[in-house]
Amino acid sequence: MSDSGMVNLTIEGRAVSVEPGTSVLEAAKTVGVLIPHYCYHPGLPVAGSCRMCLVDVEKAPKLAPACATAVAEGQVIRVHTEKARTARKGVLEMLLINHPLDCPICDRSGECELQDFTYQEGPAESRYRDPKRFNPVEDFGGDVVYVPNRCILCTRCVRFMDDVAHDPVLNVEERGDRAHIGKFEGKDLTHPWAANVIDLCPVGALVSKDFLNKARVWELDRAASVCTGCSQGCNLVVETRDNVVMRLKPRPNPEVNEFFICDHGRLNYRWMNRRDRLESPAIRGAGGYEAVDWDVATAGAARILKGKRVFVLASPNLSNEALWLLSRLIRKSGGAGAFRMPNGSEAPLPGVVDLALRADRAANGAGAELLGMTRSESPLGGLQAGDALLIVDHDLAPEDVAFAGRASAVVVAGTAMPAGLERADVLLPMCNVVEEDGTFTNLRGRVQRFLQAKAPSGLARPSWYVLSGLCTALGDSAEYFSASAVFDALATEHTEFAGMSYGVLGLRGRRIASQADAEVRA
Amino acid sequence: MSHGPSASAGAIIRSGHHDDAPYEPVFVGEAKVRLDELVKRYPRKVGALLPALWMVQEARGWVSEAGMAEVAAQLDVTPAYVKGVVTFYTMYNQHPVGKYLIQVCTTTPCHVCGAEDVVRAFLDQTGCGELGVTSEDGRYTVIEVECLGACGFATPVMVNSDFLESVSADRVADVLGRYR
Amino acid sequence: MGYPYKPHASETLVLSTHFGDPEARTLKGWKDRGGYRALETALGMDPAAIIGVIKESGLRGRGGAGFPTGLKWSFMKPDDGKPHYLCCNADESEPGTFKDREIMRWTPHALIEGCAIGAYAIGAETCYIYIRGEFTEPLQRMEDALAEARAAGIVGRNAMGTGKTINVWVHKGAGAYICGEETALMNSIEGKRGNPRIKPPFPAVAGVFGMPTTINNVETLTAVPHILNQGGAWYKNFARSDNPKSTGTKLWSVCGNIARPGNYEMVMGFPFGEFLRDICGGALPGRELRAIIPGGSSVPIINMEEADRALMDYEGMAAVGTMLGSAGCIVIDNAQSIPRQVARLARFYAHESCAQCTQCREGTAWTTKILERIVAGNGTAEDLDTLLDVADDMTGKTICVLSDSCAVPVVSALQRFRGDFEALITKKTVHTVPVVVS
Repeated sequence: MSDSGMVNLTIEGRAVSVEPGTSVLEAAKTVGVLIPHYCYHPGLPVAGSCRMCLVDVEKAPKLAPACATAVAEGQVIRVHTEKARTARKGVLEMLLINHPLDCPICDRSGECELQDFTYQEGPAESRYRDPKRFNPVEDFGGDVVYVPNRCILCTRCVRFMDDVAHDPVLNVEERGDRAHIGKFEGKDLTHPWAANVIDLCPVGALVSKDFLNKARVWELDRAASVCTGCSQGCNLVVETRDNVVMRLKPRPNPEVNEFFICDHGRLNYRWMNRRDRLESPAIRGAGGYEAVDWDVATAGAARILKGKRVFVLASPNLSNEALWLLSRLIRKSGGAGAFRMPNGSEAPLPGVVDLALRADRAANGAGAELLGMTRSESPLGGLQAGDALLIVDHDLAPEDVAFAGRASAVVVAGTAMPAGLERADVLLPMCNVVEEDGTFTNLRGRVQRFLQAKAPSGLARPSWYVLSGLCTALGDSAEYFSASAVFDALATEHTEFAGMSYGVLGLRGRRIASQADAEVRA
Repeated sequence: MSHGPSASAGAIIRSGHHDDAPYEPVFVGEAKVRLDELVKRYPRKVGALLPALWMVQEARGWVSEAGMAEVAAQLDVTPAYVKGVVTFYTMYNQHPVGKYLIQVCTTTPCHVCGAEDVVRAFLDQTGCGELGVTSEDGRYTVIEVECLGACGFATPVMVNSDFLESVSADRVADVLGRYR
Repeated sequence: MGYPYKPHASETLVLSTHFGDPEARTLKGWKDRGGYRALETALGMDPAAIIGVIKESGLRGRGGAGFPTGLKWSFMKPDDGKPHYLCCNADESEPGTFKDREIMRWTPHALIEGCAIGAYAIGAETCYIYIRGEFTEPLQRMEDALAEARAAGIVGRNAMGTGKTINVWVHKGAGAYICGEETALMNSIEGKRGNPRIKPPFPAVAGVFGMPTTINNVETLTAVPHILNQGGAWYKNFARSDNPKSTGTKLWSVCGNIARPGNYEMVMGFPFGEFLRDICGGALPGRELRAIIPGGSSVPIINMEEADRALMDYEGMAAVGTMLGSAGCIVIDNAQSIPRQVARLARFYAHESCAQCTQCREGTAWTTKILERIVAGNGTAEDLDTLLDVADDMTGKTICVLSDSCAVPVVSALQRFRGDFEALITKKTVHTVPVVVS
């Protein structure tokens, strides 16, 4: 070991310097060398059993499993020697002898590690001439179906349920080539985080019922996003086809959700595709709503709001950018803003520190409060008679309706007509979370970006665009032409966000400066 | 779950003798005291899993899913965990067996001494006909097993917990006479 | 002749002296035969001194690997503040091997004494004797003897009145060859599937229940009291003069197509050919010896020319391309089809693979299918190449050596008896007497 406390070694001719105890496999990643592997997953205990990650260690007589071999000073590792490649080729051939090769109808096709590594270094043909084993498909409960014929027994799913979910409902049953993943009759994969086994499965053995036969994965477009299912702020990939969200997948972020998302968040996407959207700006006239140009609608809304105290009912799923623009509008009019936080029961993932499906079932309650909105069970309680009411993507509960009646005028900015609202004077259609860029602040104060994943519905505009237009129409001097510019302005005004920009946030986000830091700076 | 062609013998096949009576717990009274004693031998409760499963098998003749669930509850593990263990070890019967479970070693040392003839004789003379299937009268189940560790006494045969040495095909009738 | 017959004059009886003598099974009988003297001596000694004597004796593990026992014991760090464990491997699951069974059946107290000495030497208060579930009689003998030993205060919380705790428990296996592998054995004691563990960590660092552990074979531990009684130098003398690396007596289990199958206790280095032909009685009437698997089914199969040259110790067996292993000697004569027996062995390994490693789970079954197809007369010329390739994929690449053990008979048989396989493929026969087909 060198003086720095780091271990220095060579992998595929590249110098590597890593912490002691790092595995060869992880060390290789740091220099861009991907050692093929199946059973290894950085979020799970090491099994060392698939034997796919065998590499050549100089001076060692036998190949070593890179996942279970700790780095050593001066070690020379070669991944692509004849010996190592032959060994891995052997593993691939064996993994495929009983595999049904049903890629054309397999949901995993296109994102299957068995396909990828076989393509990369597997044998061109099999020498297997005997009957293949067959086991029937089994419903594991929850969102999960098990296709044993495709299973390579890497046990990632079993280890996830044992060591991360702490709910050992999966097992390996039988032994030898009769072995398969099993569960106990009547004990299903009902854990709130269980569907992660689908993502963990490197092949098509565990597939999502929700996604089953819905799309070929190569047809999907992908964008980085953040889950709106609760205040945890798990990082997501939103996958769409033809402007329809097909599924949500976790995006690794060691600071927030490691590699996982809960089933609630995973399956909470159908509303993103709803068809009863507000698609055109409109003004209410004698004959009902009249579709108008954006300029007309914005001016109409401004005319209604101008000179009145504006009360804002804002969704806790709005971006920081939208909420900040609303806060400016509120300040200017001497009004107030509030929101109701939807609730559910908390469901932690015990194997990961500070990761849970939170009771607060919206993404940006923290941001909303930070930017001056009041969290309330009766959010319209503060609405004074004669106030203008601006509802931004927030439904009305039955008890809100009477309060709303006090308002002198109602402007709706949002993705759809708010439930419970009878009528509005102006409608301003907004993009939903997967149609725009923005940021959320999670419950630990981490500010994270989400990116547009699909085209807006109709004439809807991004929330920051709609609201910045409204602010301008109400006399604000600043104009913004991108989400990032709104964020920059926000960061200048609020010390908690000081130093942040989209560039700084990147795709993993950054925590807001704590109160203590803010005081020091002041 | 069923299995297609695979290199294994010795499995007990579910035949018409499934016991559908409600499950009676094993670990009550003395058995519970005995299990508590066994647990003390191990620093972790689950160490007593194999012995606990043996107790279930001795009491019931096989280890049913209900039995696995009972053991799981006793040792604070999940039934799925217990099932993973039960299915690993071939001596835990996953289905009911006949009054006499006849296990004939057919691994190489016995194989070269004619163990297959012994198996055939048992299958024919018990009326089982087929490996792993219980005879019509519910008396016998015959399975092949891997090495019983008495290779110098080919062919060793286990009838329930009795360990018989040097059983040849022509001694099978004799043996069966002792287990009616 | 070895047990079950009367001893042959060329045998050297140490461990097997009392085989066949029911009186040696009882505590009184065992004490009358000098039992538990060594334990008394040991408990008065410094553990390091005991390890010194064992090192001096040259005793090597009798389970198959042949690792020096004293050295293994010395890996257990005294005073590390952790509970230590001794596991006695009485799983005896290697086909061809049945020596530990006789030790436990006839001299259970000898094993208990060895366990107690071993436990004391490595600082363990608990010893688990892992006995395979099929060994119903040895299990009962051991339980009976342990009950006596506990009642007499030999083991327990105040072993031999010294204030030391030495608990010895029997843990009954439930049908799994792989539990004879030391890390799988530990998992089985922990109530898990018997999956071998990745090493490192080695058992002496993190073994059963995560604590420092030593695993010794029954025969190894049973030799210990004799060594303590008579000294390391005495034991070391049982060796051929030109090979001090293999010492002591060794129990040989001989089975298969041989006139007098049984257990023979031989001094290390005895000529193998003489042993097979004279002491074990050679071939059955009208047959000829053809192939020998000398050390349990996992070691290379050799032909008679090699067997006749071999000497019966670790190095002597290695010299002819095989291994001493567990000294479970399987004899195959000219009435057998070698491909058929190799196929049967492969089936054994396919049945016993724990299913963790890809090459083992799939390779053992694949090997079996190919071999059984060849035996059934449906083999092709490519099959032999495939077998060798698959065997290569299965060798030296997995967590434990079960996969290698399946490859060994295939490769060694194809090296020495390839003609037998080719004949099956081309449908010619090579046998001088009819093949036994039931």
